[in-house]
Amino acid sequence: MAAAKFETPALKPYPVIPLVAEGAMASTRPFVASPQIQGNLGFPGELAEGWEQRAIGKMGELLGRYRSLQVYMDACVHCGACSDKCHYFLGTGDPKNMPVARQDLMRKVYRRYFTFAGKHFPKLVGAVDLTREVLDEWYSYFHQCSECRRCSVFCPYGIDTAEVTMAAREIMDSVGLGQKYSNEIIGKVHRIGNNLGLPGPALENTLEGLEEDVKDDTGVAVRYPMDAKGAEVLLVTPSADFFAEPHVESLIGYGKVFHAAGISWTLSSMASEAGNFGMFIGNYEQLRKIALRIREAALELGVKRIVVGECGHAWRVAYSFWNTLVGIGAGGKDPFAIQLQSQLDGRYRQPMHICELTWDLIQRGALKFDKEKNDDRVITFHDSCNVARASRMGDMPGGQFLIPRQIIQAVANNFHDMAPGTIGEATFCCGGGGGLLTDDLLELRVKGALPRMEALQQVVDRHGVNFMATICAICKAQFTKVLPYYGFDMSMVGGVHQLVSKAIRLGDTH
Amino acid sequence: MSALSLIYAALFYAATALFVVGLALKIRRYAAIPAPLKIPTTPAPTTRGGVALRMLREVVFFESLFKSSKWTWAFGWLFHAALLLVVLRHLRYFQQPVWEPIVWVQPFGVYAGFAMVAGLAGLWARRCLVDRVRYISTPSDHLHLALLVAIGLSGLGMRFVAPTDIVALKAFMLGLMRLDIQPLPADPLLLLHLTLVAVLMIVFPISKLLHAPGLFFSPTRMQVDNPREARHVASWAAALDK
Repeated sequence: MAAAKFETPALKPYPVIPLVAEGAMASTRPFVASPQIQGNLGFPGELAEGWEQRAIGKMGELLGRYRSLQVYMDACVHCGACSDKCHYFLGTGDPKNMPVARQDLMRKVYRRYFTFAGKHFPKLVGAVDLTREVLDEWYSYFHQCSECRRCSVFCPYGIDTAEVTMAAREIMDSVGLGQKYSNEIIGKVHRIGNNLGLPGPALENTLEGLEEDVKDDTGVAVRYPMDAKGAEVLLVTPSADFFAEPHVESLIGYGKVFHAAGISWTLSSMASEAGNFGMFIGNYEQLRKIALRIREAALELGVKRIVVGECGHAWRVAYSFWNTLVGIGAGGKDPFAIQLQSQLDGRYRQPMHICELTWDLIQRGALKFDKEKNDDRVITFHDSCNVARASRMGDMPGGQFLIPRQIIQAVANNFHDMAPGTIGEATFCCGGGGGLLTDDLLELRVKGALPRMEALQQVVDRHGVNFMATICAICKAQFTKVLPYYGFDMSMVGGVHQLVSKAIRLGDTH
Repeated sequence: MSALSLIYAALFYAATALFVVGLALKIRRYAAIPAPLKIPTTPAPTTRGGVALRMLREVVFFESLFKSSKWTWAFGWLFHAALLLVVLRHLRYFQQPVWEPIVWVQPFGVYAGFAMVAGLAGLWARRCLVDRVRYISTPSDHLHLALLVAIGLSGLGMRFVAPTDIVALKAFMLGLMRLDIQPLPADPLLLLHLTLVAVLMIVFPISKLLHAPGLFFSPTRMQVDNPREARHVASWAAALDK
């Protein structure tokens, strides 16, 4: 389908909060999932008679299931602290992309059906009935949120729009209005094992090819094993790492790290995907079902450690949710958790991020680098939203900011951070997270990348930065697509382990 | 006993009951609903003590709002701090003898009355002048501000323009607490002030004023960042493991 034409926003020398442009993105919406895609996940195929009552029923159920949703529906005072914090608002000016206004799309329905004031004085508090028009607006604007949590950092009550977006998508799925992109991908994970739908034999082929490439390149026989029983480490990584550029460069890097450190490791054909789109659609059962594949693979392969590759929301799910969902972690006292936790090696963090693993090895002196091999690069680091605001690395709060930067500085000589308000906990989403990395939302993705592109332009001008490292498959894919719209070269983006890969010493050639 | 005194006594009993019961029910609900997943906004404290400190900074200094918007923070903090002093100052109407700290707070409470109205004026100005905040403001947002400003101005009016018989007022309030209704002075400004305060108490549990208890139950702020060290499972989610 020919995409509608749109204008790429101009990069300004300093950030400007746009004036409200009502309706600017009202017609932007992703493709709707077909009845078959919906059916594969056990959702109704399409809207049917009585969907309004079912949606309200679902909302009531979620309000009783998630404290976050109930508190966030009540607590907002419309102070406007979040109003200039969302990259989609900054890029589009559409006021419904202000976090508070996005939440209000649900809040006005919540008030109408669940509060005294909304039931009796709807006009006064802005409460409305759930109609088809309201639902369409939900579909539009709850698919213009990347669940990046930047708003929650700045809200005086910590209201997290991601929680509201997830609930809205869950309600829409439950009445038969699903998003094609996310739901189709979840179907693929269940059917084939990963988001890209790469079957086991294709993966093995790819890995053999990688081994040959690395051998040609370095003269060293680095292994990229699949389904190796008894390996020490199970590496779970986003499936884009297997074939997409620049993702695969990081996969090559992980293998070199394991090789240089002498750690036996394996990938799994069953768990060939770290991504978990169950989170994007806010469905706990899907979230858990997708995570269960990792548990099963770990039990079957008998591994002692589980390590996660460069992927933002996957790391959120792994770090924050895996222990809850499927018992990958520590401290479980029930038989379900104990079964796995007694197999895993308690001396290591479970699960561990590949950056934590690499940094631990660097600190122990187990890895050596030729830093000058990266001298052609002037590097900056883009903090991926879900790593920054929904997870941690290492023992210290904020380790997720330090460790990747320390790795970069251990393997390269030229590093410059972007402006303080655009990194760390205040980092901007790449514009493609949360289930929006689809071409039917290209305009939104390009405009949503504006704040990051402005920050990047600044370090390009000041320091000659020519490489933006990041640790997320979605960030990498999104930037590869979007950088050219802003006049940057698409090869400017890449992984942290891509840099590691370039500089690491592999020891003697065989 | 005058009808007026009886009406206001009834109003305050009703307002207090609605305030206390309504708020208690809301808090009970917040406490009863599980938070099935670990969702602290990171970087987050890794210990309970750290969380208590984070919460304290939010409650006392409005830390997140400070990060977000200095103007909103300045007006918002000024209003809330002033409101606290004003409420403390008013405790003297409910105590005999008056606690020593409440005696000390009296002079500050007077200035706080002005600060409170100034803070509210600043917050209200944002609702009119900043296009984003204008867009999100509902009639109820303006009415909340109008209510608080009117309470502040009627109070200041009694202090500086048209004083009421505060000795009789105190007798009325102390009487209310003993279920012994005393005569209430019939000054219009006082009656307005008391009516508006009763309205504020009544709407508290059914309005955005729930942000006060809500903060303490916000999972992004009150959860400990330790998901790898401790398994966190909600009751309804634990059933799935069986």
